[in-house]
Amino acid sequence: MTGMWWLTVLWALPMAGGAVVILLPPALRAAAKPVALGVSLAVLALAVGLAAGFDTAGPRYQFVENRPWIPSFGTGYLLGLDGISLSLVVLTAVLVPILIVAGWNDGGQHPAAYLALILAVQSMVLISLVSLDILLFYVFFEAMLIPMYFLIGGFGADRPAASKAAVKFLLYNLFGGLIMLAAVIGLYVATAQSSVFGSGTFDFRAIAGAVSTGQLHLSPAMSNALFAGFMFAFAVKAPLWPLHRWLPDAAVQATPATAVLMMAVVDKVGTFGMLRYCLPLFPTAAVTFRPLIITLAVIGIVYGAIVAIGQSDVMRLISYTSISHFGFIILGIFVMTDQGQSGATLYMVNHGISTAALFLIAGFLVARKGSRDITDYGGVQKVAPILAGCFLIAGLATLSLPGLAPFISEFLVLIGTFTHYPIFAAVAATALVLSALYILWMYQRMMTGPISADNERIADLLPRELAVAIPLIALLLILGIYPKPALDVIDPAVSHTISGIAQGRLQ
Amino acid sequence: MIAPSVEYGLLLPMLMVLGAAVVGVLVEAFAPRAARYPAQLVLAIGGQLLALAALGYQALHLGSSPGKVTVVGAVAMDRPALFLQGTLLVVGVLATLLIGQRAATGGLVAFTPQASSVPGSAAEKAAADAGAMQTEIFPLTLFALAGMMLFSSADDLLALFIGLEVLSLPLYLMCAMARRRRLLSQEAALKYFLLGAFSSAFSLYGVAMLYGYAGTVSLTGIASASGPRVLALVGAALLSVGLLFKVGAVPFHSWLPDVYQGAPTPVTAFMAAATKIAAFGALLRVFYVALPGLASDWRPALSAIAVMTMVVGTLIAIAQHDMKRMLAYSSIAHTGFILTGVIALNHNGLSASLFYLFAYGFSTLGAFAVVSVVRDAAGDEEADMRRWAGLGRRHPFIGVVFSLFLLAFAGIPLTSGFVSKFAVFKAAAEGGAISLVVIGVIASAVAAYFYVRVIVLMFFTDAPADAPEVAMGTLSRAMITLTAAVTLLLGALPQALLDLANAADQFVR
Repeated sequence: MTGMWWLTVLWALPMAGGAVVILLPPALRAAAKPVALGVSLAVLALAVGLAAGFDTAGPRYQFVENRPWIPSFGTGYLLGLDGISLSLVVLTAVLVPILIVAGWNDGGQHPAAYLALILAVQSMVLISLVSLDILLFYVFFEAMLIPMYFLIGGFGADRPAASKAAVKFLLYNLFGGLIMLAAVIGLYVATAQSSVFGSGTFDFRAIAGAVSTGQLHLSPAMSNALFAGFMFAFAVKAPLWPLHRWLPDAAVQATPATAVLMMAVVDKVGTFGMLRYCLPLFPTAAVTFRPLIITLAVIGIVYGAIVAIGQSDVMRLISYTSISHFGFIILGIFVMTDQGQSGATLYMVNHGISTAALFLIAGFLVARKGSRDITDYGGVQKVAPILAGCFLIAGLATLSLPGLAPFISEFLVLIGTFTHYPIFAAVAATALVLSALYILWMYQRMMTGPISADNERIADLLPRELAVAIPLIALLLILGIYPKPALDVIDPAVSHTISGIAQGRLQ
Repeated sequence: MIAPSVEYGLLLPMLMVLGAAVVGVLVEAFAPRAARYPAQLVLAIGGQLLALAALGYQALHLGSSPGKVTVVGAVAMDRPALFLQGTLLVVGVLATLLIGQRAATGGLVAFTPQASSVPGSAAEKAAADAGAMQTEIFPLTLFALAGMMLFSSADDLLALFIGLEVLSLPLYLMCAMARRRRLLSQEAALKYFLLGAFSSAFSLYGVAMLYGYAGTVSLTGIASASGPRVLALVGAALLSVGLLFKVGAVPFHSWLPDVYQGAPTPVTAFMAAATKIAAFGALLRVFYVALPGLASDWRPALSAIAVMTMVVGTLIAIAQHDMKRMLAYSSIAHTGFILTGVIALNHNGLSASLFYLFAYGFSTLGAFAVVSVVRDAAGDEEADMRRWAGLGRRHPFIGVVFSLFLLAFAGIPLTSGFVSKFAVFKAAAEGGAISLVVIGVIASAVAAYFYVRVIVLMFFTDAPADAPEVAMGTLSRAMITLTAAVTLLLGALPQALLDLANAADQFVR
């Protein structure tokens, strides 16, 4: 894999695939689903190839592409992969085909539009993960809101509510993004005024390098303002308490596959942005804001868990567990230790898989019965044992049972936190107990006990649904027992980030 | 008194448009009725394309010179002027296509068959039944366009004023010629005329004051003059009133929603795109060439106006239910965004404003073109937003394209609106106006709300019982497709146009 175009192919493939799907002539409409699935599998193959070709001992950024884009704005078409982005690229590439299968019939009357939007989201997520140019990242970070918005609003079961949730999603994220735009422009002006670059630039590597060597010195006020602008957008996207309010509505109203796409893939760009941009570009400001952000993250961890316990709607419950887990990821990033950040990066991957498993299987169950209310279920494990069993494994992964993937990442985050902030670590650890409570209680109410009325007819998982559940559960087991390959990729990138911050702070 | 030297070659683009307009008037007088429409259409589009070719020739032969001044310093054909005139001509051609859209029943689809008849009278009905057609609209458009071209390249205050009047008078007339809701259209025209005349008087008074200050009407002369400062300030303020009126800046904006709503939609599209381009061209030239010495005085005032324009335009747009009024307030908000580029007062400010005008011209033409093809059962334009519900589901092309224009107005990345907003905000930040950037960004966030609301309406709301249909002629479809393509292209790959605008980042002095 020495070619220079691989990363371009990586994002252009789903984009082109989406265009093909939407432009299929009416006679070939039936081919839309297989074509979309084929495209997403091709992306997966390419992502696996990139992972295989990635040299963990090699240079920090690999498969780098550098071409002019808008020289007038100092921005270039700069792509590259490091261990952090590689792990998220693989996560995205793995999840999208699974989501296409999971949402095989979600497109309703417009399957082509539905699939094209999913592929468009995938393409934009991929380019923002591999971008090494800040403006290029920003453009796709914002642009992905539009297809996501149509996915949430256009295909939910309850159209008025879905469209309301979609608008809420869009306005929250757009507002965050526009605040970030001011900071992006401010950063450009700062680079233009500095003598290091000759003219303004958005080249992430150049700016981060100049920050860590002290050549680019921002005044504390400037650095704080720019950090806040970037962080605000990422904290809305991720989401960090108290900016989370859009997430449960959007997750519940969207179809399960769309909700997973949003929580497991799109929102990860927010936490990725914190790790990639907030820390290396503004190390001093990040340290200044660290107590605040860690506090909010811990509040989010506990808040999400407690509110999840109180939910009667199974989808809403799972979406609140995600808020709790996003708190862990953000905590791991901002404690600024090796274990914390490695754990947070691994957590992004693991949360993607475990949420996908839990949410999609719950979605299959809800689709059978047509109700999201936990009290409408009971005794499902008697009529649909495979479904209940898969749901249990996904739930146990969500509560971080040792042996399943999320355990290692949560453990790493807590260790990384404990060495610096024992009290925060102790508070965050209560979520371990709370998560056992919300997952097991939910399982008990839905799956065990006597079979409640009308539940005798609930069928077990179909082959298509098994094709969704089995790979996810397999991944949870593999990464739970043997996470070394993932950590080998992530660790060097994290130590680069940490050492960059440490240098930047010394300057 | 020596005879002034006039380089006619330099004026050729304007002369071609004016010439086509004059021939158009003769066609009206002498050509048989049946031949008028094709003749006028060919004349109008041909004249503009020839002018565009002449402009291109001039631009290619400019070499390294910043441009030339002609007619004893009255007209500057420098790079910004060439860029603006070229933009005006391209916008003019597209608007002509929209204006020339014919109705199935005969006549132009948006224009009354006989403007002189009393609304609702027997004469009006007779003219409509006979399939009469008001082809005077074509020469009027050309006259207005020539005035705009002069307005954006005037290098002295008298040429500026002449350009202002030549562009305004035909527009007043054109506003009154709507086929439907004629009273509203005539009211809009009268309002536009009265307020426009009023603001022209302000401008003229300002011109007199500036002459009193400098002893010359030449813009470069004013820049280097040293007269009584108070005259300069009063003159600049009064002249600005006239210019800000034309661009629709708050508090001189009150005409704009009424006129945009009442005027025939193709004329609205033409005004929204072309008048803004021309008036900002003049505004930029006056502030950058004649008044940079007073920058410490006008920048705070203009900043306040920019903030008010962004905020008022955005907030009032939220409350609108008429599509044309909503677009009118959005156009006001965009005036505020472009003003931040003017305030930057640096090379990037000029080139960013030029880019913005080009990009916005295309999207706004396209948006109004979409409004003009959505019609109810009686064939009237359906501008009531609530009745657009579900349109995107029933007519995906129109829904997607209109959403694209709205997203461009909201400044979403991958549309031309993002690049242009980014360019002006970047220029303003470089010029030290970071607070304006923050306000602009917040205004954009609020504005996103009402653009998104329309998208929700089109895609996620059920259609009303007698929902409007899309009646798209060939010309309209071509125009909408083209403007949408440009909006998308400038969003993804803007560098070519940015290069052109960057080359034009300096006025000749």
